[in-house]
Amino acid sequence: MDTPVRRILTGVAALILVIIAFFLIRLYIEARPVFSAYGATHFVFDNAWLPSKNLYGAWPLIAGTLITSAIALIIGVPIAVAAALFVTELCPRPLRATLTILVDLLAAVPSVVYGLWAVFFLIPKIKPAEQWFSDTFSFLPFVGGQVAGPNYFIAGLLLATMIIPIVSAISREVLATVPQEHKEAALALGATRWEMIRLAVLPYSRAGISGAAMLGLGRALGETIAVTLVIGNSAHLGSTIFSQGYTLAAVIANEFGEAASNPVHRASLIAAGLVLFLLTLVVNFIARFYVTRAEKKMLGGAPVAEPVATGAAA
Amino acid sequence: MSAPTFNEAGLRGLPPVSPGRVRKDRIARTFIGALTLIALVPLVLVVFYLLKQGLGAWNGDFFTTDPTGRTCFPGQTTCSIGGVRSAILGTLEIVALASVIAIPFGTAVAVYLVEYGKQSKFANTVRYFVDVMTGVPSVAFGLFVYIVLVASGIGGSYAGWKGSVALALLMLPIVVRSSEVVLNLVPNQLRESALALGAPRWKVIWSVVLPTARSGLITGSLLAVARAAGETAPLLFTAFATNELVFGLGQPMNSLPLQIFNDVRTPQDAIVQRAWGAALFLVLLILILNLVARLAQRRSRLA
Repeated sequence: MDTPVRRILTGVAALILVIIAFFLIRLYIEARPVFSAYGATHFVFDNAWLPSKNLYGAWPLIAGTLITSAIALIIGVPIAVAAALFVTELCPRPLRATLTILVDLLAAVPSVVYGLWAVFFLIPKIKPAEQWFSDTFSFLPFVGGQVAGPNYFIAGLLLATMIIPIVSAISREVLATVPQEHKEAALALGATRWEMIRLAVLPYSRAGISGAAMLGLGRALGETIAVTLVIGNSAHLGSTIFSQGYTLAAVIANEFGEAASNPVHRASLIAAGLVLFLLTLVVNFIARFYVTRAEKKMLGGAPVAEPVATGAAA
Repeated sequence: MSAPTFNEAGLRGLPPVSPGRVRKDRIARTFIGALTLIALVPLVLVVFYLLKQGLGAWNGDFFTTDPTGRTCFPGQTTCSIGGVRSAILGTLEIVALASVIAIPFGTAVAVYLVEYGKQSKFANTVRYFVDVMTGVPSVAFGLFVYIVLVASGIGGSYAGWKGSVALALLMLPIVVRSSEVVLNLVPNQLRESALALGAPRWKVIWSVVLPTARSGLITGSLLAVARAAGETAPLLFTAFATNELVFGLGQPMNSLPLQIFNDVRTPQDAIVQRAWGAALFLVLLILILNLVARLAQRRSRLA
């Protein structure tokens, strides 16, 4: 009886590998027509996405994905790391659990609800501030001109909100691995709290925090529905961060329904999905490398589950 | 909190900390605290607007009618755009089927990894690919299920159960990873005592390991369910969205996230209002799942 159970469970585990392999192969087969018609480099780097004229250069979409994710990281990571630092090092003990739950709660709000909120609240409320910024700092690159309602910046801001809980949760776990002795040594040498953070805590956890940021980046790259609602869905590459744009995930969500009848359009959208998958794969690979290195320093060595919603980080 | 300098902390022999360093410390702490508050601003605003706009939509027929009325011309007094009954039913059915697929499958993989595979090369490969799956954008799973199940015409075109498959793919890595953590927490002494009493490995797993880890496994699974319930992208081209009330998973089905997504893009106040109402209901559903998951965790016999 024991061997059959073992065999069945091994088979079930192997099924995961089969699913992933099947996933990649099917996506590649369906996307191949567009790669063979245009060439992979042309598909990725051509700056023209005009399905009506049968032009499929995905660069505006890839650039949009990278721009929005970069904005999300620039805004989201400092906030997330600060929240993690505050909870682990600075905040009074009774507040700790409440703050952790509240930050984790950000992950419980579905993407479509963030989108709904952004369309009817964030975009109209923040537009005057954006216009002021655009006018005042028009000497900066990629700033200036008329602000569009939906734009790259709004999408980045929304993505920042969505990656804060995951980056913060993983940073918390990484910060918890800093040995108490290092912190006490810094304090004993007369360091203030901030000096302790700067000299003992941050250098020790730098790799882990980079990993957390990369995991956040992976999340931001693939986020679909909220971005679709606030990016403006214009396949023309915008000239400033306040212009309308498009991302890989948004183009799939938006155009796939109508593309079912046009095989080349459909193939190019699947190719966009494949490019997106490869992007997130590379980013997650780098992230895992950093996070596992940080995990190995932890006592016990149990794998840290990525928190999915509130309280997953037990 | 007030910052005790280290001289107050009893180290009277040391020279006082210079005012410049104290100031820098205070500024840095305030800055970190302020950033933490900023992190919570979106949460407060989202919750506030959800309650403000959403509760208004919960009128008499919100839960008892379907969103079939799409147009409401100004001046019409008796027209109704309808509620979200079919969307609620669709979400419940689709997510239930996805859970039935993903939870046993994911738990079985985790049991294999912890009890049989351990640190073998094959087990580590599986672990690695589970991590890869965690990072796959949810829209890519939607595409995959579209290609494999919808475009190939297996059992008709769009159908509720195909949406379930897409959600199950999304839930699977979450279930595997959280279950693996919990199973690793089961003390080895329990396994060893059962084995020493002559129980075969499968029986040890079934009657010792799984019952001990039960509440932890439930927590992980419920969090995966909560995550899946809010996903829109995998359902877009698998379950599709029909407005009518549909009971069978074999046909195209409505769901709450899709209803919200479609309503947001319709420039009509009453329809947007319905989106807020549906969003409030969806968030409450997810919060309840999270709460139950937390309660299960609290009852856990493991640390």
